Amino acid sequence: MLVQSIGLTLQLATLTTLILLVVGTPIAWWLARSTAWWKEAVATVVALPLVLPPTVLGFYLLLLLGPQGPGGWLAELWGGHSLAFTFQGLVIGSVLYSMPFVVQPIRNAFEAIGDRPLEVAATLRAGPFDRFFTVALPLARRGFLTGAVLGFAHTVGEFGVVLMIGGSIPGQTRVLSVAIYDYVETGDWGTAHLLAGGMLAFSFVVILTMMMLEKRIGRAGS
Amino acid sequence: MTGFTMSPFRSLALAALGALVLVAEPGNSKAWADDTSIAVAANFTEPAKEIAQLFEDKTGHPVLLSFGSTGQFYIQIKQEAPFAVLLAADGETPKKMVDEGLAMANSRFTYAVGRLVLWGKNPKVPAGEAVLKSGAFEKLAVANPALAPYGAAGLETLHKLGVYEALAPKLVQGNNIAQTFEFVSSGNADLGFVALSQVITKAEGQYWLVPASLYSPIFQDAVLLHKGAEDPVAKAFLEFLRGPEALKVIEKYGYGTASAG
Repeated sequence: MLVQSIGLTLQLATLTTLILLVVGTPIAWWLARSTAWWKEAVATVVALPLVLPPTVLGFYLLLLLGPQGPGGWLAELWGGHSLAFTFQGLVIGSVLYSMPFVVQPIRNAFEAIGDRPLEVAATLRAGPFDRFFTVALPLARRGFLTGAVLGFAHTVGEFGVVLMIGGSIPGQTRVLSVAIYDYVETGDWGTAHLLAGGMLAFSFVVILTMMMLEKRIGRAGS
Repeated sequence: MTGFTMSPFRSLALAALGALVLVAEPGNSKAWADDTSIAVAANFTEPAKEIAQLFEDKTGHPVLLSFGSTGQFYIQIKQEAPFAVLLAADGETPKKMVDEGLAMANSRFTYAVGRLVLWGKNPKVPAGEAVLKSGAFEKLAVANPALAPYGAAGLETLHKLGVYEALAPKLVQGNNIAQTFEFVSSGNADLGFVALSQVITKAEGQYWLVPASLYSPIFQDAVLLHKGAEDPVAKAFLEFLRGPEALKVIEKYGYGTASAG
C-alpha cells in the first residue's frame, strides 16, 4: 500500500516533468524572444496556478475531464466517458498545475542569454534550429535544471487538485499526499508520521541539492 | 533568474508574518469563542441549515455550522476543535466520544435514521440492484468507509449482494458524502451511494432506495461535546432538534425518526 503510493507519486512526478520540459520549452522560448504585445497575457495565464487556490483548478478540471468536457470526448477513444479518477487525468492536472514552476525558470534563463550569442552564431551561419540546440539550450541549462527540479518537487507536493479529481484509488490516483491525508483523517498517525517525515526529508534534500547545484553551475557557467 | 526562485520564499515569509499578526490579534479569538459551532455530518447539510435558520428565528441565536465526515470530526474534536455539538452520521462515534470523555454522557440521542440510496444521472445506467449485479457502468462513487457511515453502508450493501469483488476496481472514493454526491453530480461517476436526504429534493437523475435488509441501520446520533457543556445555546439547539419544528424538517428530507425506527 505504502510502496504503491510512493511509486505512483514518483511516476506521476516524472511523467509530468518530462511533459513539461517538452511542452514548456517552446512556450518559454517564445515568451523570452517574442515581441508580441500580448505575450505577457500568455505569461500570466501560465503563472495563474501560482495564485489560484487548488480548488478553483480542481473544480474546472472536474468539468473539463468529465463527460461534458473535452476529457470525456478523449476518454471515449478507449471506451470510457470521463478522465476524472484516472492516472491520465492526474497527469493533465499536474501539467497545468506545475507549469509555471518549469516555464518561468527556463524563460528567465533564455532571456539571460541575450541577443549577442545568437547573433554571433548566426554570423557563423548557424541556422535557427542549430542556434537553438547548440547555443541557447546549453547556455540555459541552469534554468532547465531549476525548472525540472521545481516541477518534479511541486508535483510530488500536489494535494488539493488530486483530492478533487482523484477519488483516492489505490494504484491509480492515491498519491502520497492524499495517502497521508487519509491516514491522518482515519487516526492512523503512526503511518502518517512515517510518510510525513519522509516527505519533509525529501523536500529538504531536493531544495538543498538544487541550491548547491545552482551555485556550482552558476560558477562554471560565468 | 534567482529573482523567481527567491520570491516565493520571500512571500512565504511575509505570509507567515501576516499569520502571526492575525493570531496575536486578541479580538479575533474572542469572536470565535462566542459563537456556538456545530459539527454536522455532510449528509445532514440541507436539513441542518433549515433547522439552524428556524432556531435562529425562534431564539435569536445564530449557530455556526461546519460540514464534513463523522470520522473527520472525531479526529478534529480529539484535537480540541471548538465544536459544541456534533450531529454524527452514526451512533458509534458519539458513543465512543462519550466513553473517551470528549462528549457529555447523558446528552446522546438519535435525531434521525438515515436511508441509503444508489443515485445516478446517466440515463443509460438506471440505478438499481440489476445494474450493480451486471456491472454495466464505469465508476461507482462511495464515501470513504473509514470516515463516513454512508460509505460503510454502501460497501456493506455490495458485500450483501455478493458483488463487491467484481465491482472493487470501479469504486472511487469521496472524502465525505458531499464529495461523493458531487462526483456523480458532475457526471464523472455513473453511480454513487449517497444519502436519500441529498437527492430527495432534487429533480435530476434517478435513485434506488437500497432495501434496509442490505445494510445495518444508520442511527444518526447527536451529542453535546465537552466544549459545549456550559453553553446554553448549544443545549437549547439540541432541545430544539428534538422538537416538532425540527422533526418536520428531518422527515421532509426522507429520514426516519427514532420512534418510527
